Amino acid sequence: MRSEMHDRLQFAGIMEPDEQEEAKKQSQFLEVLKRLTRSKTAMIGLIIFIILVIIAIIGPMIAPYDYAEMVVSEKNQLPSAVHILGTDDVGRDILSRLLVGTRYTLLLGLGACVVGLIIGIILGCVAGFFGGWVEEVIMRLCDVMQAIPGMLLAVAISSALGNGLVFTIIALSIGRIPFVCRMLRAQFLNQRKLEYVEAAQAENCSKATIMFKHILPNTISPLIVATTMGVGNTITMAASLSYIGLGVQPPPPEWGAMLSAAKGYIRHYPYQLLFPGLAIAILVLAMNLFGDGLRDAMDPKLKN
Amino acid sequence: MIRYFIKRILMLIPVVIAVAIVIFTLMYFVPGDPAEIILGAQVTQEQKDALHEQLGLDQPYIVQLGRYLYDTFIRFDLGTSWINSKSVSAELGARLPKTMIFAIAAMVIQVLLGVPLGIFAATHHNKFGDQLTMVIALAGVSIPSFWLALMLMLLFGVRLKWLPVYGVEQWQGWILPVICGSLGVLAQMARQARSSMLEVIRSDYIDTARAKGLPRRTIIYKYALPNGLIPIVQTLGNAFGTSLGGTLIIETVFSIPGVGMYLQQGIATRDRPIVRSSVVILSILFSLIMLLVDLAFAFIDPRIKAQYARGGRLKKKRAKYNTRGKEAA
Repeated sequence: MRSEMHDRLQFAGIMEPDEQEEAKKQSQFLEVLKRLTRSKTAMIGLIIFIILVIIAIIGPMIAPYDYAEMVVSEKNQLPSAVHILGTDDVGRDILSRLLVGTRYTLLLGLGACVVGLIIGIILGCVAGFFGGWVEEVIMRLCDVMQAIPGMLLAVAISSALGNGLVFTIIALSIGRIPFVCRMLRAQFLNQRKLEYVEAAQAENCSKATIMFKHILPNTISPLIVATTMGVGNTITMAASLSYIGLGVQPPPPEWGAMLSAAKGYIRHYPYQLLFPGLAIAILVLAMNLFGDGLRDAMDPKLKN
Repeated sequence: MIRYFIKRILMLIPVVIAVAIVIFTLMYFVPGDPAEIILGAQVTQEQKDALHEQLGLDQPYIVQLGRYLYDTFIRFDLGTSWINSKSVSAELGARLPKTMIFAIAAMVIQVLLGVPLGIFAATHHNKFGDQLTMVIALAGVSIPSFWLALMLMLLFGVRLKWLPVYGVEQWQGWILPVICGSLGVLAQMARQARSSMLEVIRSDYIDTARAKGLPRRTIIYKYALPNGLIPIVQTLGNAFGTSLGGTLIIETVFSIPGVGMYLQQGIATRDRPIVRSSVVILSILFSLIMLLVDLAFAFIDPRIKAQYARGGRLKKKRAKYNTRGKEAA
């Protein structure tokens, strides 16, 4: 419909070809992508992240040994040609455990952030859409959740739900919900005053259309940036939970749980602590590098 | 202004009670029969019932909740531990100072080191000093604090034997825990200070000051810093919360007998009164600090102060009206 009209108008010489306009719309995304690829650090972060995702998928296939196989005669071996990163206290190959454990740590961090983002967006939209007492209730709930320090909230929920991957993702995601919700609401309040919303209202768009088709797409990019930057932090928290005996517990070789198992051997076999911790640090670093790059690419004003 | 203070303090009360309800409810669902936790797995049904009655666990949820809230907020009694029957209040009272020392020391270091580092990076933008600071800050944000704690303990405690491996009987014992507990937030603060300073330095009024030929030092410390500090002051409360949450791990690693380690013991033994009271007390502490930061902020920032100074409401409305007028024009 629209294009037909445009064609006619163009034919009549009333309107310039709107190629430029189209290109502009497209280029917003491309521009972000271009800026992102130009940032060396962001690309390093992305490459490390992709490598880790691949390892998470094919981990068990490339692991030199079975991650759960205990060879008591080979316990507590230092890194060597046979066991590149050594073996743990019951003779399991640390490299194999790290490779298989990648999927757990990665899934915890990404899963919790994505779940938190989705629920946060839903609640934020509900609050923004209905307003009034619904908004009030949701925002006060956010207040209460944010009155509990994040780590303690995760600990409390995790101990109530029990151990396991899904439960830990839930426990970690709940702490992120009020954060997303609040950010979205602040964005909504800002956007509501802008002209394009007024224009949509003048066109008699329904409230839902304005909310989801007009306002939400305009508010989503800071949320995505914040979520990317939160993944690193969430991974650290997940590892901390596993370290204190909550979260994901063995047999799955989650990296934090590996550290927890190795902490008793700090005097005699410190290498058992070194590698899982390094793995966590590299993963978190990659996420932070990428998150920084993404922020700069999406909002060049903040580029520094 | 005073009305704003009182309002904020009164608003804290429902939040704290709601936090207690949330935590109580979560702990209510912790798996495992309390009687088995207390008496061991081989107990008869009668013994279980008797203990349930004694602890009031045979009552419905809402009654238990009511009693818990009554005990906590009216009688200031946090109950007794299920495992060793010691008073939780007394135990928390003895442990809280250690956790506070830790959290406050961490916060002081974060502010005194993080902010100047960020300013340094911003004023040396894109030079070697800036890049070095930001690489270190990025590493600080990325390294998990408990792993760093273990590694530093290994290096300075086990290998070099410069510092005690655990315990805080001597003052040296505090060095490693405070370093590890503060590093993450310190790095975050440096990053934030840098970006907010950079943003301020680019604003027009700084250009004006520069054009007037004011010395660089005056421009940075007198003109840019007050505005650049605002976003950082806003994050102070959250930084304190992170430190409080971090005590859970750091105290466990270094065997510091504070609230964090107590909480960790409570989790390990499924001792619900310990867990819920520790979390509630730490949350109250956190909320109080958040409130203090907010109030200090309202006091420092003249724009907020003006809003609430006299007849805050009226002024707000007028401001709204004014902006609308501008938009129309």
